[in-house]
Amino acid sequence: MASYKPTKITVYPKLGEKVTQDTVYWKNYKAPIQIKEFGAVTNINFSPVAPHNFAVTAFTRIHIYGPFSHEPVKSFTRFKDTAYCGRFRSDGQLLVAGCEDSVVRLFDVNGKVALRMYKGHTKAVHVTDFTSDSYQILTGSDDYSCRLWDIPNATELNAYQEHTDYIRCGHLFSSECNRTSTFSQFVSKKEHRSYDHTLKVFDGRVDKSVMTLDHGQPVESLLLYPSEGLLVSAGGRFVKVWDLLKKGQPLVSLKNHHKTVTCLCLSSNGERLLSGSLDRHVKVYNTTSYKVVHNFDYAASILSLALAPNDESIVVGMTNGILNLKHRKNAEESKEISGQQRRRPSYRVFVKGKNYFPKQDDYLVSKPVKQHLAKYDKQLKKFNVSKALDTALEAWTRLKKPEITVAVIKELDRRGTLKNALAGRDEQGLSRLLYFLIGNLFDPRFAPVLVTAAEMILDIYQSVIGQSSVVDRQLLRLQEMLEREIDYQQELLEVLGMLDTVFASSLPRKEVPCSAISKSNGLTQGEGRLQLQAT
Amino acid sequence: MVEHGDIRVVHRGGSKINSREPVISSDSRLLLCASGECVKVFSTSTEECIHDLRGHTGLVTGVLLRPSNHLQAYSCSADGTVRLWDFTDGILIKVHLPPPPPHPVFAAHPNTAHLYIVSAKGLQLEVYFFKKQKFSLKENNKKGRKNTFTCVASHPQDDCIATGHEDGKIRLWRNFSHKKEYTYSTLHWHHSVVSSLCFTPEGTNLLSGGVESVLVQWRYNQESQKDFLPRLGAAITHIVVSPDGALFCTSHSDNKITIIQSCVKVSAIIQGLVKGESLSTDLMVDPRSKAMVLNGKPGHLQFYSLQRDKLLFNLDIVQQEYIHQSGLQQFEVVKAAFTASGNWLASVEERKQKDAELELNLKLWMFDEQSQSFVLNTTISAPHEARITAMCFCQSTDSQTTMLVSTSKDGHFKAWQLATPAHTEDDGPSWSCDFVGAYHSLVPECCTFSADGSLLAVSFQEVVTVWSPSSWELLTTLSQPPGAIRDLCFGKLSCSKYLVGTTANNLLCCWNLLTCALEWSTSMNTSLLLADPLSENMAAFCPQAGFTDLFVFKPNEPRPLYSHKAVCSGNVTRAVFAPREEMLDSCEESSQWLNHSQLYFLTQCMVNPTNTKLSKLVIDDSIAMTPFHLLLGKHRGQQQQQESGQDSLSAERTPLPQGSAAIKEVSSSFLHV
Repeated sequence: MASYKPTKITVYPKLGEKVTQDTVYWKNYKAPIQIKEFGAVTNINFSPVAPHNFAVTAFTRIHIYGPFSHEPVKSFTRFKDTAYCGRFRSDGQLLVAGCEDSVVRLFDVNGKVALRMYKGHTKAVHVTDFTSDSYQILTGSDDYSCRLWDIPNATELNAYQEHTDYIRCGHLFSSECNRTSTFSQFVSKKEHRSYDHTLKVFDGRVDKSVMTLDHGQPVESLLLYPSEGLLVSAGGRFVKVWDLLKKGQPLVSLKNHHKTVTCLCLSSNGERLLSGSLDRHVKVYNTTSYKVVHNFDYAASILSLALAPNDESIVVGMTNGILNLKHRKNAEESKEISGQQRRRPSYRVFVKGKNYFPKQDDYLVSKPVKQHLAKYDKQLKKFNVSKALDTALEAWTRLKKPEITVAVIKELDRRGTLKNALAGRDEQGLSRLLYFLIGNLFDPRFAPVLVTAAEMILDIYQSVIGQSSVVDRQLLRLQEMLEREIDYQQELLEVLGMLDTVFASSLPRKEVPCSAISKSNGLTQGEGRLQLQAT
Repeated sequence: MVEHGDIRVVHRGGSKINSREPVISSDSRLLLCASGECVKVFSTSTEECIHDLRGHTGLVTGVLLRPSNHLQAYSCSADGTVRLWDFTDGILIKVHLPPPPPHPVFAAHPNTAHLYIVSAKGLQLEVYFFKKQKFSLKENNKKGRKNTFTCVASHPQDDCIATGHEDGKIRLWRNFSHKKEYTYSTLHWHHSVVSSLCFTPEGTNLLSGGVESVLVQWRYNQESQKDFLPRLGAAITHIVVSPDGALFCTSHSDNKITIIQSCVKVSAIIQGLVKGESLSTDLMVDPRSKAMVLNGKPGHLQFYSLQRDKLLFNLDIVQQEYIHQSGLQQFEVVKAAFTASGNWLASVEERKQKDAELELNLKLWMFDEQSQSFVLNTTISAPHEARITAMCFCQSTDSQTTMLVSTSKDGHFKAWQLATPAHTEDDGPSWSCDFVGAYHSLVPECCTFSADGSLLAVSFQEVVTVWSPSSWELLTTLSQPPGAIRDLCFGKLSCSKYLVGTTANNLLCCWNLLTCALEWSTSMNTSLLLADPLSENMAAFCPQAGFTDLFVFKPNEPRPLYSHKAVCSGNVTRAVFAPREEMLDSCEESSQWLNHSQLYFLTQCMVNPTNTKLSKLVIDDSIAMTPFHLLLGKHRGQQQQQESGQDSLSAERTPLPQGSAAIKEVSSSFLHV
């Protein structure tokens, strides 16, 4: 005697975004905090030391925000013109910034007035950075040159003038990568990009560039992997990854944005790459497969992007001067939300008696496992078909899990009792059915089942049409939706036909080698060396 | 005839065990039931078959315990004999000849206490008293009431007869010994035909069963109280109670006997080969269990042991509650296929309603080592828009990817491939569509992979298209008009360059795939072509004038290795090569082809005299070829025909002496140039 087999609820493939580890990780941020700056936010830089304040360069000011405050803890306003590229030194004590007026300023993070001013560039300075030994500053400017400065003396040590257009971004190698060379020889290598579409790698010990890479578009942002073997450049719609250890061989070119990519950022563990673009998206890439694993949407075009250490917060600066901060939810908060959803019985209830293990002489009495059936299944088991359909049409099931309702209707149809279950309903019951049909008849997953049911309903209730205004209105609505769906299907067919023509004309026609064979495999039996059977 | 004298046809099993009601021995330990030409003795506790009481040469039509000795039983047969057996030891004691007339009655119950026989037929109920005149009663069938009698049972002590009716009612007739003063009461639970009724030995309970497959136990005189034993699997055809009343035994329409302990617990199930309305899946051999697989109960695949003539298990394909209602369109398993390793099973189920569209599901099952059974992996609903005509797996064992090809009436064939999903790590691999192919909007009929899996041949009516599964390029087309292709087989091993096909137009063609040309062809009407998976051999069944001939050949030469005229009467519908457990090394050319495998085939009809004659001719040293037969509805007609007189039997026997001459003639005409 077999047990009752419950109604099979079809599991449909989930539409839309798939839940992966990445989506869970990157969605685990609180609601964003928006701060209005004075102008477009061009640069955001996190302090390398705790508490990880960050400097926001916008218009003529640099604001420094604490990790949790929404008001600037400090601001530098002594710029004559638009400030660019405010950056912290590795000890978090000094801040350097370029300016439209070609002067590079060095600040103490606690002071107000610039400690040093580096004059030498003739045009706006867009790039500033500290070298890894903390005693020098690199700057890049619209005068096509790139200079290295000594911090205490404010003297220019070196100038690289190989670029033929504005220099808009640069990155310094740390000394780590040349560990093998002796200390005295080495200063640092510098990396530059410019509006002449090229990336040049300079060696601090010589004057000339050691490597030139062609990006193809004006380069907007540069990023170096912590291993310093791979270089990422963003320009135009492309993000390109270069392998520096193989003489700058291009590794991969990503084209996931549809407007210029403006900023790049690595997650703290180095496994995800983030890129922000004027198309108002931030995309997260897996750095092994270079596939997009997550996507953030923002309100305006993105100019700058930074991740706090440990990915504690994402800070995005936009063209409309809005600074967008998202903080990561802490562990209790995310747990709290899942706990609110449902209160489960306590652990004690589950383990009651389960942790008793039989002793050697105990006689085991096996208990039959009770089969748990859903309510509609219990009613189906008793052949209460109308009740089963009523249960499946309850508001929660109907709205949240229409597949259950459809599965019950399908099961009733299979049993040949769908007509009985649909018949004999009052106005309320019928309008509930029609409401469900209106909502789900046009879902391609449910249509084959529900069309049968809809036909039966019309057959059964055609005699009472006109007696209830509610039902009539719903029937009219159903008809209207059907007509719309038919039109839509027709349009789709037309598009399909057009596409077929396009594809047919674009594909080369391949000849199947059969013409030569058809002669020999025709009805010429003579060549088959057939023998008579000798018995 | 002499050169293949050691090959003979043996009936292997698959006979019906539910055709007659079984008999339980007086100690309730053994169960006797008529099964084809023999009586089988089963143990009621272990379900094992203890003895086969062989000896009859016709269908066994009835089994009865000997009233004077409870260790002996009579059996009567369509061959016109009644035999007495000692069924505990399986010994034939006596053969009665000429026989008393074999059981002709529709249902009869001798009542020992009151000495009458009750018989019901159609709308007529008749009670024959041994002493008095008969009592007869005719139901009126007015107002479209369906109250035709279907079964009767008499109470062991009281003057009470229970009758079952077509409309599901049970009537209890009393007081019929006095004319015109009879009374009756009606019990109604069944919603359709009551097919069997039985009183328990003390007369306290009445058991009834029908198409609902629920055993209902009514209390005698307290008819409002009833017990149910639901979901017995299939419609109940007979109910029998053991003499001590402890065991109930029900036969079911799916060739099953269920043994029930006092109406509460099913203690044993004896299951024979299930034969549905149509054998839509081909016969297959499960590579793991070496069991034969075919569709059985609605929505199930049955695994049937060829060696033991026993059903091993049923695999539930549809996984839905079966509604026992006549006229209801059920899901049927229509196609199934195994991979060469037996790791994967593909099944197709379909349900066609009158006015709704076809419901079609393709399911892929993975063999689970832990539970030692098939576990559902992927369900593809509506894989095609119309019926699936053929399905096959890529047979090569070494290839990395597993591939399934299905062809459908919608004019497409689809290739399905096992793939691991890219996004979710927790899910295992699942199946998805890899390629959809079509050829000039013709309907594909059959498909087959070459032995190494590098070629796929799909036949589109008259045209065979050869595809490369790696690039899905159409490599070549072969055609041999007129006549649509019926079967396609690639050669194996040394003959793997050959593709053999049969057409509807009586043609057997062999193409060489290296030259893409026809190698040879011959004109023969082949109903079935199949290839031995373990050797180069192929077998072709050719129906001819009511009989079927068997030819075995290798694709590389147009000469049969072995031919057997009139293997059986009627058409061979399905056949399969089953691998032998141990290889034989016969050197004789004509029997070499049976070294690796045995050929099993399924016939429509019951054994007929021609076969018995043939087995006399051959030398009985090796039982090589073993078809099994199924009893179908036809045998009833045949049986009645034989009951009517012996002359029809002799008429069938007469043409036999000419058999050998005819064979010579036909075999010489085989494969003429």
